Formats: sequence, C-alpha cells, structure tokens
Amino acid sequence: MKQIAIASGKGGVGKTSLAAAFASFSNAIFADCDVDASNLPLIFKPEIIEKIDFYGMDVAKVDESKCIKCMECYNSCMYDAITEEIEIIEEKCEGCGVCEFVCPTDAITMVRRKSGEVYVSKSRFGWIVHAELMPGEETSGKLVSVVRQKAMEIAKKNGYETIIIDASAGIGCPVIASITGVNLVVIVVEPTMAAIHDMMRIIEVAKHFNVPYVVCINKYDLNEEKAKEIEKFCMENNIAIVGKIPYDEAFTKAIVEGKNIVEYDERMASLIKKIWENVEGKI
Amino acid sequence: MIITVASGKGGVGKTTVAVNLAIANKIRILDCDVEEPNVNIFLGMELKKIKDAFLMIPSINMEKCTLCGDCAEACRYNALAMLPKKVMLFPELCHGCKLCQMVCKYDAIDEGKRKIGEIFYGEKDGIQLYQGLLKIGEAMATPLIKEVKKYSNGNAIIDAPPGNACPTIEAIYGSDFVVLVTEPTPFGLHDLRIAVEVVRKFKIPFGVIINKYGIGDDRVEKWLNEEKIKILMKIAHDKKIAEYYSKGIPFVLEMEEWMEKFRQLYEEIKDEADSNS
Repeated sequence: MKQIAIASGKGGVGKTSLAAAFASFSNAIFADCDVDASNLPLIFKPEIIEKIDFYGMDVAKVDESKCIKCMECYNSCMYDAITEEIEIIEEKCEGCGVCEFVCPTDAITMVRRKSGEVYVSKSRFGWIVHAELMPGEETSGKLVSVVRQKAMEIAKKNGYETIIIDASAGIGCPVIASITGVNLVVIVVEPTMAAIHDMMRIIEVAKHFNVPYVVCINKYDLNEEKAKEIEKFCMENNIAIVGKIPYDEAFTKAIVEGKNIVEYDERMASLIKKIWENVEGKI
Repeated sequence: MIITVASGKGGVGKTTVAVNLAIANKIRILDCDVEEPNVNIFLGMELKKIKDAFLMIPSINMEKCTLCGDCAEACRYNALAMLPKKVMLFPELCHGCKLCQMVCKYDAIDEGKRKIGEIFYGEKDGIQLYQGLLKIGEAMATPLIKEVKKYSNGNAIIDAPPGNACPTIEAIYGSDFVVLVTEPTPFGLHDLRIAVEVVRKFKIPFGVIINKYGIGDDRVEKWLNEEKIKILMKIAHDKKIAEYYSKGIPFVLEMEEWMEKFRQLYEEIKDEADSNS
C-alpha cells in the first residue's frame, strides 16, 4: 500500500485543490484528514455509504445532588475545564479523570462522548473516507488515525494500492497523525514569506518522523522572486520539486462550481497529470 | 479588551488582519498560532527568547515503585505501560494531568518535565509581540497557547491557529471579542459556519471580515445576512495587497486609507464588545 499525504504547514495554499485534482489521474482512495475543516467533500460531493460514530476521550459529568462544592476538582484540573460553580466546560475537558479521582463524594463520573463521525463514501472519483469533528472537540489526531485506518481497510478490500491523504494546516497533532508512516509527503507552498517559513517547519517535521517529502509550488507567478528562492532552497537541500502551478482564477471558480480543476479547465489537465506522474515516480 | 482573530479555514488572512489591527491601534499582539507563527514575518522584530514552555510529565522513582500498575491503569492516554521490571513512559502521549501521581500509593512519582516549545518577545514602534513556537515533532499545541496567553495583560490582539479544534478553542477562550476572517468561497463558507458555531457556544461577541472580496461567489455574504452576523469589513481581492503580503509588508503601512479603516474597526469592535458585556 502506498500512502501519499498532501500537507503545507500554512493553510490556504492549495492542498485540497491539488488533492482533488489528483483524483482525475490517480486510481486511489482518498482520505480527508483535515477533520475540523473538511473541504474535499465539497468537490467530491460523495454519497455516504457507511457512517461510524467516533468517540474521543471521555468527558467529566457532575451530579449536582452529590456535589458539596469542596473545590477539590476545581483545584486539581490542569486544563481549567471546571468553573468556580463546578460546571464542566466540555470543550476544555481533556478527559483525564483527575476530577473523578479527587472528588470525595463521587459526584463526578467520566462519561463517553461522541466527538465526531467518520464517513465511508463513494463519489465520481471513487472511494473517499472523510470525517467531521464536532465543533470545538479535541482528539482530532485520534480521529485522523481512524480515517486513515478506515481508508486502509477499504483499499485492501477493494484492491486499491494508493491512498491520498489531505492533511490539515499546521504541524501539530492532526498533521503528525496524517503524515506518520506515509510513503511521501507532498508539501504545497506558495511564493510568500509566510508560506516559505511554514514550509521550512513542515519539512523539519517530515524529517523528524523520517518520511520522504517533495515540494509543489502553487501560484508560483504571484511573486517570481520568492518562487526562485523556493527553487534555490530546494536545489541546495536536494528536495525534488514535483510541479509549479501558475496562479489562475480558474482554481477558485472550480471550487465555486464544486469541480476539480481538471474538470473545470482542460488547460490544466496536462500540468496536473505531469505533477501526478512526478509524485508517483517518487514512491 | 482581548480580541482574538480566528478562522476555520487557513490562509484566509487571520495574520494580515491581526497585524494590521495591531499596528493601526498600537496594541500588543500575541501569536498563538504556535505551530506556524507568522506575525513576526510582518513585524520584522528582533525577537528574544524569554521562556521555555514545559509540560509536566511523571518521573518514576524506581526505588519506591512496587510495580503495582495502578498508574498505568489510571492513565487514560496510555502514556504509561507496565513492563516486567519497570514502568515505561511514552512522554509524547502524556497530557500532564498528574493523575498517575495522585493514584500512586508509594509516592514513587515525581514531577518531571518535557519541553514543548518556546516563547519569544519583541518590541518595535510601540508594539509588543509575544510569540509561541511549538517544538518540531510536538503534537500538543494547546498548553503552549495557554502559556502565551498569560502575556495578554488584559489588552491584546490574539492571532489564533486555523481550524475548529482544541488549539483554536484555547486561543479564543476568554476573549472579549472574536474576529472571524473568511474568504467568499465554498471552502471559506463551510469552515466559517463551524467557526461561528464554536464562538456561539462560548457566547463571545463576534463579527466577520470577508477577505479577498470579489473572488468566488456571494454565498458567504448571503449566509451572514441570513444569520444576522455583523460584517465588520470587506477587504477586496487586490493584487497590490497580495504583493505586500507575499513580501511580508503589512499593507496599512503602504496604503494610508487602510490605516484609518483599521482604526475605525477597532472602535467598532470596542462598541460591539461593550454593548454585549
């Protein structure tokens, strides 16, 4: 099984547009691992075949009839998830169980909470596994792992050999969960100082977890000078550039119409195909 | 007043708004996008490290440990595992809750620490910046964000991380006002709707800035009107603004009219926050 993750560090540089574009040429299962801002389904318009409830960490629940407001839990919670009135702020509760342990009157119990849903779906591009984390929930990394596992199952069952993962922005828990163990990370970057800075950080993360990576420059003609800086950096550091995509309003227009760029604008087809072949050549 | 600039979707202009708002009104800024802090790219300050940020992790004293296994059983993050002759710790799984320490009957668990990041400080032209920088490979951004927020001094602009999960919650929690930035595309709308749900849950007054106005379609604006959500500002999709952005230049410094607009924006936010408090 080959797994390819599309990541970037910085958001809004074109991860999802690129992942969706690859759908026209790859024979792959897609895993949308940007679980708290999942956008790939807006292009795939998938039909949900299977829905799985996702339970993250448990959450504390107070039985007010037993609570004597002794403040033990309030004083022990490391996450400031309990108010002075001994109410649980569920969004801040990390489910550690300290409050349950310290409560002298057994007024607190840890209960299961549904934190999201995982969907196995079919679309005109084939299978896609996606998820929705409930707003403000934690455990997004754990949910990412469930999405990847499910994608792996579907791939095996249906004889697919490639999984394409759309990761979220950043370098923290969901991104780590998205890129560990993949065969290749495609790092999307645009020629802006912020995106270059963020690319450097995600490269360090990829190195840290020992996963191979390549770079794809999006909107390269927005600032040719900065684009050259990226190329120079990649050359000096022996990083392959799998593609350079020009800035084109067609990308936004495609999203508005719920299409991928190849469906929307044939001019882009050969470029995207070439980039996909370069990616495939690297794994 | 603490104003947090957030967005569901990344790359829609949070940092641009936060920086321009801070410059126009000379307010302290906290970069809480600790995974990818970009504020200083636009401020160009010389930053000094002021602090390492740590998370408490257990340190097991094997002289006292009886291998009873209570700590490993209690840990809900599977950060402790019992081996035949020792307790093994997986520090990257530990959330620092201290439950293991509490359940240990033999006082065999001391407080150790794990570095999760660093905090930097800089000052220039009357603006102070506190920036968190998450250590490479570290999964937990939330405790570092909490540390950075301690420097708000009750009056600051917070640049939040993108998304709608726990790091974003940590950044917006306790703010007096949240500015949600979006772009007029289906992606922008999808993520904005979740972000609005989050902010509403916390009952924090908020308004929306539509950036790159003119690209995409009008569904964001229509939805905001339907929901009666205040549109604080529209920033037109402008090649000049994009160019300043790519070079790391805050556009209020180059486009005089925007300096005034960001001053007015602050006044408007103040009024909105006051009328809601």
